[in-house]
Amino acid sequence: MIELVSESRCISCDKCVKVCPSNVFDSVPGAAPIVARKEDCQTCFLCEAYCPVDALFVAAEAHEDVQVDEATLIAQGLLGQYRRNLGWAKGSNPIEKLNELNELRERVGSPF
Amino acid sequence: MPDPREDRLQLQADVLVIGGGPAAAWAAWAAASKGQRTVLVDKGYMGASGACAASGNSLLNPPPKDREAILKARHRTGQYLGDLRWMDRIFEATWRSLPLVEAWGYQFPQVDGESARESFWGPEYLKVLRKALLKAGVQVLDHSPALQLLLDADGAVAGAQGLQRQAGGRAWQVKAKAVVLAAGGAAWLSKVLGCNTNTGDALLMAAEAGGELLGMEFSSQYAISSALNATVTRGVPFAWASYSDEAGRPLTGKDGGRFGTPELAAALLKGPVYAQLDKASHQVRQVIESSHFITFYPLEKAGIDPYGQRFPVTLVAEGTVRGTGGIRLTDDECATGIPGLYAAGDSAQRVLLGGASSAGGGPSAAWCIASGQWAGGGAAEYARSLSEASFDRPVRQAGRAGLTAEAGHAGSFDPDDVVRRLQAEVLPYDKNLFRHEEGLKASIRAVDGLWQELKGVPAVNGHRGVLRAREAAALTATARWMFRSALERRESRGMHIRTDFPATDPAQRVHLISGGLDQPWVRREPVLDAEPAGVGR
Repeated sequence: MIELVSESRCISCDKCVKVCPSNVFDSVPGAAPIVARKEDCQTCFLCEAYCPVDALFVAAEAHEDVQVDEATLIAQGLLGQYRRNLGWAKGSNPIEKLNELNELRERVGSPF
Repeated sequence: MPDPREDRLQLQADVLVIGGGPAAAWAAWAAASKGQRTVLVDKGYMGASGACAASGNSLLNPPPKDREAILKARHRTGQYLGDLRWMDRIFEATWRSLPLVEAWGYQFPQVDGESARESFWGPEYLKVLRKALLKAGVQVLDHSPALQLLLDADGAVAGAQGLQRQAGGRAWQVKAKAVVLAAGGAAWLSKVLGCNTNTGDALLMAAEAGGELLGMEFSSQYAISSALNATVTRGVPFAWASYSDEAGRPLTGKDGGRFGTPELAAALLKGPVYAQLDKASHQVRQVIESSHFITFYPLEKAGIDPYGQRFPVTLVAEGTVRGTGGIRLTDDECATGIPGLYAAGDSAQRVLLGGASSAGGGPSAAWCIASGQWAGGGAAEYARSLSEASFDRPVRQAGRAGLTAEAGHAGSFDPDDVVRRLQAEVLPYDKNLFRHEEGLKASIRAVDGLWQELKGVPAVNGHRGVLRAREAAALTATARWMFRSALERRESRGMHIRTDFPATDPAQRVHLISGGLDQPWVRREPVLDAEPAGVGR
């Protein structure tokens, strides 16, 4: 479930509030959104994908709370990882990711 | 607090589409491109909600020359309950539609200068579809779940009502000439990736209007996932897995064969099961990590090396989403038999595509493209046959269970508690994956009891509770049709496993139609095409 909204990174754009399919966040004027209904988080990672400043972290555990530490997550390169994989990060393009993947598939010759 | 009804949002549309995944998007696009004023309402954000948005999806899109052989193979996998004519038109429509997706801005990988249209990245695909809808003039209402349909005096569908959960629960009403239900299937709020918005709402709304369901026994699809993050059910990486029990003893299928879902479920009923992707070569690793990074993402977050370490696995219920049961369709335009009501995507039955077996991601992606356009086109044609005066029709609200207490029913219910007790019937492998008469009857008693409770007063605070109460009713209704259909099919076929009737019975190559609210019913309907040679082992 959603475990981190980094106050230092958040620019209060409220994209996460808008896109979350389960309506987990509540907007706070001039501040970072709050996680108002954590139990409704379905762990789909889409808020991470849409966050333009990599301020969010969704832990893999869908049914239990876990403790996370922002500095550690940054050091591990885990903030913004989904966005980078999707090709949604600045300076990357989804098609480059897809072409890269397709080349790999061709080499392996495996049906996917 | 002001009464939310006071400032109700009121709109008129030729076509109202309920849902926000690919099928809903294609339906809205088809209606709008026929010049119809189209409104789309989604429970979440159109672009991020539903099964497709949350991951990579394969897309079955065989070139026309290969189509026949592939369809025949699928028909066999579906245990001959599918429909070859429908399959052919689904893949023809998909083949013809995909260039449009590219024109809207989706970029498929390029192979030798040609687009390889064989997969979608869900978030990107939905983003492109959203843009196309807005460009086509579709009015999109996000975070605006539909709670019930509106019917006219003749029983025709005349619109819907719901609430806007990011506007303080403000009520909305859209009067419409035709409605398309494309709000996904029912995945029991199991948190299976992206599917918690799929709570069977469309199935309940269709039944309340007098619509019928088909194939509800085929709703027991379970998929493997790491137990540490039991949300991501993308099975491809597990093709390179070996399995073991708590003591490290290897687990295999019968006679060393495939360790599939039933074998895994049986092992899980005895104790923990572990997987290790030790059969993946270096190159395979690169491919599965790129194409299914969503599977590895949680493992990485949990600090697990899936190639070198054993990790616990489980099975997650995917309900009707990867099952094939849903709203019965009555013609080629995805009509439902109720005037003005159409169904598409996972809300509709997909037995005609997948038969008794899961239609899976690839065929389902094609189904959404095809059924969405047919339903949207059919709704547009129907809307054209009505005059503007139809917006003045007197309408009544069709919704009951979970919305308003029945007269004389004094009890109250907590929707979250109803969902928990429902999950205790629909999720366990020994109840819903391995089915038998006695267990099914017990589950029917349990879910019928929940249905009675849902006639009481929802004990809820705020609009989250209002929505959850209605979701609890939709899930419970879905479970009632599912368990009754499962009891009626006294054989094993595809995903439907009866431990008391383990064989497939050629005499039961029939469809099971179900419906009804207070008195649910199931009836048999013959499969029309001739039985293919070699069936009935």
